[in-house]
Amino acid sequence: MATEAMVSPVRTPVRAVRSELTQQRARAARWFLLPMMIALLVVAGWPLLRSIWFSFTDASLNNLYGAEWIGLGNYLRWQVLESSGTVRYRGLLVDPAWWNAVWNTVRFAFWSVLWETVLGMIVALVLNAEFRGRGIVRAAILIPWAIPTIVSAKMWSWMLNDQFGILNDLGMRLGLLSQKVAWTASAETAMTAVLVVDIWKTTPFMALLILAGLQMIPKDIYEAAEIDGVHPVKQFFKITLPLVRPALMVAIIFRVLDALRIFDLIYVLTPNSDATKTMSVVARENLFDFDNFAYGSAQSTLLFLIIALFTTLYIWLGRVNFDGGSR
Amino acid sequence: MKLKTLIISMMTSVTLVAGAAQAAELAIVSGDTGNGLAFLQEQLKKFTERTGHNVTIVPMPSSTTDQFGQYRLWLAAGNTDIDVYTTDVIWAPQLADQFLDLTEAAADVAGDHFPSIIESQTVDGKLVALPAYTDAPALFYRSDLLEKYGKEVPTTWAEMRATAQEIMDAERAAGNPDMWGFVFQGNAYEGLTCNALEWVKSYGGGQIVEADGTISINNEQAIAALEEVRTWIGTISPEGNLAYMEEESRGVWQLGNAVFMRNWPYAYALGEGDDSAVKGKFGVAPLPAGEGEGARSAATLGGWNYAVSKYSANPEAAIELALFLTSDEIQKERAIKQTNLPTLEALYDDAEIAEAAPIIPNWKEIFQNAVPRPSAPTKSDYNEVSSLFWSAVHNTLSGNGSAAENLEVLEADLEDLLN
Repeated sequence: MATEAMVSPVRTPVRAVRSELTQQRARAARWFLLPMMIALLVVAGWPLLRSIWFSFTDASLNNLYGAEWIGLGNYLRWQVLESSGTVRYRGLLVDPAWWNAVWNTVRFAFWSVLWETVLGMIVALVLNAEFRGRGIVRAAILIPWAIPTIVSAKMWSWMLNDQFGILNDLGMRLGLLSQKVAWTASAETAMTAVLVVDIWKTTPFMALLILAGLQMIPKDIYEAAEIDGVHPVKQFFKITLPLVRPALMVAIIFRVLDALRIFDLIYVLTPNSDATKTMSVVARENLFDFDNFAYGSAQSTLLFLIIALFTTLYIWLGRVNFDGGSR
Repeated sequence: MKLKTLIISMMTSVTLVAGAAQAAELAIVSGDTGNGLAFLQEQLKKFTERTGHNVTIVPMPSSTTDQFGQYRLWLAAGNTDIDVYTTDVIWAPQLADQFLDLTEAAADVAGDHFPSIIESQTVDGKLVALPAYTDAPALFYRSDLLEKYGKEVPTTWAEMRATAQEIMDAERAAGNPDMWGFVFQGNAYEGLTCNALEWVKSYGGGQIVEADGTISINNEQAIAALEEVRTWIGTISPEGNLAYMEEESRGVWQLGNAVFMRNWPYAYALGEGDDSAVKGKFGVAPLPAGEGEGARSAATLGGWNYAVSKYSANPEAAIELALFLTSDEIQKERAIKQTNLPTLEALYDDAEIAEAAPIIPNWKEIFQNAVPRPSAPTKSDYNEVSSLFWSAVHNTLSGNGSAAENLEVLEADLEDLLN
């Protein structure tokens, strides 16, 4: 959220002396941006601040307005045991269930984005080639992205079902499986099942963004390379990849942000399995199911900080340029 | 001409608005299983005919855990869209503040219900919800298969395992590769808490947290119970059973692919439906007992109720609806069509019910001895207790740590939470 707000303003070209006209346009631009900034403050800024505030209180859902300030207690508190003098730590920062969720989320984000980037690149390269019926193929490949996640997750949960699922049936008929596998039930396959569905759903999005980048590359570079007899593989690594990199980096960051806050897919496929519970799932559980509203708010706050950290690191390390210009 | 049309249309709209003021628009949420929603729709049609109030059903997912999260959210936000909530028997202590007191409205009828059920819905003297039906699970067995292989209905879990294994193996050898021995509710959700409470209790292992608040779960019998169940997974029960809720297990059962099933009575009427592969081929019995000291057959007490939101814009009409849906007329029809157990004592002697759903008169004793989940001693922590319990059980069954280990961790977690 924050990054989007930061990057969108129109930059005025920096010159030695700003003309009157440029300054006037900059002022006008600020007025045009104002409604959006207000909207962002109301729908994103205020709830965020409120969550952070709740995380320092003892709020419960039945008593939101009578919440009292308790400082950092939800994050870390300790008590010295009288009998032995040992210190006992409690709170979010030492909660194994939370760190398990963080680990699940990071693992999920890493593998899903990696596969989506590789597969998305391949799909984009195919779609970038000229062939008959390209328009239809492009539209068709977008279908998984167009289906609401809840619907596709439900669809997949039936396909993955151990007794009635089509995947087990196919596997058995083709002799790939010796017995029906309970994909979403067992701890070993649950994460894989979630990853497969997410990759299926989001690869088209990745492909689309990369395709847009590919189409910006001028054709004459390839023509020149071909005349010089450069091998297609070398063309890809020396021409395509460097030139598509800005678009690719932006696509990856969108996906990483999305993957770090993954909720719906896991909530439908494997809602209560420790093997797949992510930060958002755990936070929701505490907020609404367990009546630990303050604790859940602390988890949401930490989730926000972790995502912010990843984004900053990524922009800094990858030197992503959101203006789309040359570096 | 134009003016005339305008006047007429204005007049009609005024009449419509005036009419609407008398007949209230109500909304009810329900996450019923099987064809429960279709049944509810029929009853609401009657209600509309008699009172003129219109009722919309807002359907919910069938997982009670999902429903609860959504209801809590709506109620905390003071949502006025929903007037009547369908509530699980365990929710009363947690949601009591958000529902209207029905003591006065139900003064005439409360005495006809079983006192224990009315008590379960009463929090600090406030009647939070009116009982629609009660629930106690049963062991569904395939009478045709038991007869074919000359077996008795099992009375202990070990017998059940042996019988299930033998029949399953024989049926598979006879050319039915999809045959399984036993299906239950093993997904990590409230349903697993119900199932596992029965196993533990049937082995004499207590009921997780006792009525006086003692945490009793870490004991030899409870460990023995979970170790027994663990041997079922992958042998008589499919591994996928660890992702089944009520409807998934009923799916396997109703296609004729299981010898035994643990489920609630609603599956009886559906199993006798015309599209069922097991029609006329099955019976129901009390759940098997465990072994060792204090072993008995145990059934978890379930049941559903109707509560009126205190944020309802039409509380009077909403109370009327709750009273209507829990009346003896509807409970009787529910018993006959849905095999839901009535909460009105008199209906257990009803001849029509006995004929249409013979399971019901026999079930009176079972649900009267049913084990309640520890929602009363744990109050607002119940959901977290239940979640910790089902996670420990689910981990054990999926081979993630031994029963002894998981129950010890569970005990420590519960102590942290409750003390």
